[in-house]
Amino acid sequence: MIPADAELLPGAIAGLVALSLAVAILATAWPRQAHRIGLLGALAVTAWVLGLSALFLNAGPDPEAAATRVALGGWEAPLGLMLHLDGLSMTLLVLTAVVGLATSLYSLGYVHDRIERRQFWPLWLWLWAGLNMLFLSGDAFNLYITLEVVSLSAVALVAFTGTAAAVSGAVRYLLVNILGSLSFLMGVVLLFGEHGVLDLVLLEARTEAGPTERMAAVLMTAGLMLKAALFPLHVWLAPAHGSAPAPVSAVLSGLVVTGSFYLILRLWMGVFAPLATPAFGILVGMLGVAALVWGSLQALRAGRLKSIVAYSTVAQFGYLLVAFPLMLVDPGAWRVVVFFAVVHALAKASVFLAAGTLQHAAGHDRLADLGDVLRARPRTVFALGLAGVSLMGLPFTGGFIAKYLLLEAGLGTVLAGSVIGVLWVLAIAGGGLLAAAYILRMVAPTFHRGREDAGETVSPWMDWVPLGLATIAALAGLAGTLTLNTLALTPGAP
Amino acid sequence: MDGGWLLLAILFSSLGPGIAIFFLPEHRQGLRTALNLGGAGTKLALVAVLLDGVLRGDEYYFSLPLMPGIDLVLAADSLSLLFASLSAVLWFVTTIYAIGYLEGSPRRSRFFGFFSLCVSATVGIALSGNLVTFLIFYEILTLATWPLVVHRGTPAALRAGRLYLAYTLTSGLVLFTAIVWLTLLAGAEGFTPGGYLDGLADTHATTLQILFVLLMIGFGVKAALVPLHSWLPIAMVAPAPVSALLHAVAVVKAGAFGIIRVVNDVYGTELAIELGLTAGLLVVAAITIVYASIQALRTDDLKQRLAFSTISQVSYIILGVALAGPLGIIGGLVHLVHQGITKITLFFCAGNFAETLGIHRISELDGVGRRMPLTMLAFTLGALGMIGLPPLAGFVTKWHLGLGALEAGMPWVLGVLILSSLLNAAYFLPPVIRGWLGERREPWHEPLQAQAGPTRFETHWMLLFPVVFTAALGLLVGLFAGLELSPLGWVSLIVRRDYSLPEFGL
Repeated sequence: MIPADAELLPGAIAGLVALSLAVAILATAWPRQAHRIGLLGALAVTAWVLGLSALFLNAGPDPEAAATRVALGGWEAPLGLMLHLDGLSMTLLVLTAVVGLATSLYSLGYVHDRIERRQFWPLWLWLWAGLNMLFLSGDAFNLYITLEVVSLSAVALVAFTGTAAAVSGAVRYLLVNILGSLSFLMGVVLLFGEHGVLDLVLLEARTEAGPTERMAAVLMTAGLMLKAALFPLHVWLAPAHGSAPAPVSAVLSGLVVTGSFYLILRLWMGVFAPLATPAFGILVGMLGVAALVWGSLQALRAGRLKSIVAYSTVAQFGYLLVAFPLMLVDPGAWRVVVFFAVVHALAKASVFLAAGTLQHAAGHDRLADLGDVLRARPRTVFALGLAGVSLMGLPFTGGFIAKYLLLEAGLGTVLAGSVIGVLWVLAIAGGGLLAAAYILRMVAPTFHRGREDAGETVSPWMDWVPLGLATIAALAGLAGTLTLNTLALTPGAP
Repeated sequence: MDGGWLLLAILFSSLGPGIAIFFLPEHRQGLRTALNLGGAGTKLALVAVLLDGVLRGDEYYFSLPLMPGIDLVLAADSLSLLFASLSAVLWFVTTIYAIGYLEGSPRRSRFFGFFSLCVSATVGIALSGNLVTFLIFYEILTLATWPLVVHRGTPAALRAGRLYLAYTLTSGLVLFTAIVWLTLLAGAEGFTPGGYLDGLADTHATTLQILFVLLMIGFGVKAALVPLHSWLPIAMVAPAPVSALLHAVAVVKAGAFGIIRVVNDVYGTELAIELGLTAGLLVVAAITIVYASIQALRTDDLKQRLAFSTISQVSYIILGVALAGPLGIIGGLVHLVHQGITKITLFFCAGNFAETLGIHRISELDGVGRRMPLTMLAFTLGALGMIGLPPLAGFVTKWHLGLGALEAGMPWVLGVLILSSLLNAAYFLPPVIRGWLGERREPWHEPLQAQAGPTRFETHWMLLFPVVFTAALGLLVGLFAGLELSPLGWVSLIVRRDYSLPEFGL
């Protein structure tokens, strides 16, 4: 007998897509009320996602069974569009909902200009809907479309304040995105030409390590690496993330980049899995080490608060690359990588929101002149520090658990006899020290003796949301087992 | 999960008030004091309940799954109670002292918030039931102490804070790696008297040796083992209650406690001797004891001298553990308590001199005994205790360490003890002699009276009471060392109950 929860699941999945699209369309059609629609929509979507996750966990598909797949309009693959929900997408949907809700609440205070409000909310809701659909898409072409929805709304969000810095950052971001998307699309076309299907599950069954797959892998991965700002294709990230308005930076660094990474992971765990060789793994791992060192050094040199945070994203994503060779030795380690990405997204979003509050209060974010405001706003600095502890990978935060599991996987490769594993272990352990150094740069001025000046008043939302999200990032340390178990419900994954 | 709530309550009795204090506006002084003292008092009462329960033989255990196969475990054995009671008692007096010390100074909400976090982490360390839990609280302690070290906000304080973090975070990562490695090999076992690594001894001997060195580096920085000690004398710029807490209860002790746990409850003394690990540790401890005493002689700054003395004295604990015989372990464990009580007295005294009369250097101490007789008396008791004069606490320690050295067949350790006692006398007697016998010609600067008006006693009562209390405590634990409930009695009980060592008599 199939439990009732499992029967409700397909409807709930389709409902989530419909709901998030409906909210976005409503806000676009009715921009005057966009912020109200947005707030209600954010609450509704979050509630829906949480309900869906409860359904999903209750239905308890065992890892061997197929993931829940919904054919839209009754057309089955390979012709129709398929929605696809498994443990991996569920985890990222919940992450998106948490960060999305926090960002929405924060934006209530941050975006108060009437004109800006009309522009911000529809774009942001489209971005959110795009992310939800991205995580639920089950075929390569659909992934391309949703990726475009996400990218284009992200570009518009970077530009929406209309300042010269924002527009130039946005244009650069747009070019990068177009290049990345084109590259990805060419890969999709190659795969379709060879195998005649787009559905990922069907593709996975048909692919082997042939030249077409190799070419497609290079194109799609390069495109996605560009979008995820993975080293060495990261140069665009700091200006774009640094110049965007704070809630947008939070979403970009927390969710959008993670979305691109999700795609890379999905593809390499499924379609491209036969292509991964140990030598390739070592190459990717080396890139990760370089990203860690280079990103951290840039963060140590940067003069602006938000630039430090943006470079920290480059550094932290180095861990994800370092984890790649670990996954080749222990395929189960991919769950650790996803958990790391989730925890990073939570912490990074709260750091960006906190930085936004400080920037708004001071009117600038030059670190050298920020001391007065830092001293006068201990609550925001506390949020920054708490999320920073998570980024450093120190207890009691989600970052610590993620770091522990990564280190465990790294030491596992060493014990399995891999000499290069020592480098991965050093990188994983040492990266935390670099993170501590650049987080300390942001927090230490608070403790200098000196004047206090709270600067411009900020709304209570901007005061409290960063602290709340940072607390969630810290408490994620308690959700380690739950997340890993949810991720284990991903069929086809090791 | 029997009685796990009690362990949680002990943890939250300082964590809860700490978090509440963070959100208190600066001017809510009464409420803040109430929260501080309420938390400290509650913790003291709860630890007493726990002590009673453990004496009756009740089991206390709490666990929470963190990662697949790895739990956060709180447990109360007699060793953890030794450290927990020490920190509960000394936290209570330090809280009173800190309230008096910081009266009227800015940013007290921040200070007391982190102060409470710091103590919660220390109690967490005491109650940790396995290495991963220990690591979690150990690292929280690192982070919670940093704001206290840099509290004054001067460039010197910030420099000290940077150095402190550089040392502790780096060693923390070494410890982190070692613990992950060990857990990968042996599983997330709970602390077991006698160790839980026997199964690996034949196959992984070299790995275990390497891991031991890594663990000692990890703990050695906080325990200030030479050559990893440089941060401690520089961290002296912190306010006096912080130094007192750092040296007597929290940071330094956490490192020493970690070493005790690793030697006794992870490796087990037998395995540690077999792998030749205790011999190395013994040499490091002996070097630290002598070297730090010599350094203490060379400095004129009172607090810095006390800091070097801490480095030297904490290594007595390590020395006792490394002797790896029952008497040596008794000496080491009991010194965990004795050094804490004595050193906190000395730091309180140094703080009183600095706050009341603006004295920071030993050369300025001339005649202070006449102006502040009670504080000077307490200082004298502490100094004599450190030197090891009977019947004070330090004597009990040194007596057992000496017996332990003979028992272990290492008479050279006796030489180290004698040399170090002479050096102790050489650097502790001059301030005592100056204080009582020196003459002061010009009138005292009175920064405290200038700021807060005349005081009823020789200084503010909140500064005086803790000093008198801990000094008396130092005298009492030495005088009544023979009683069942004295630290010595308790430690003998631990050694007899937990470590299946051969019967011994005194």
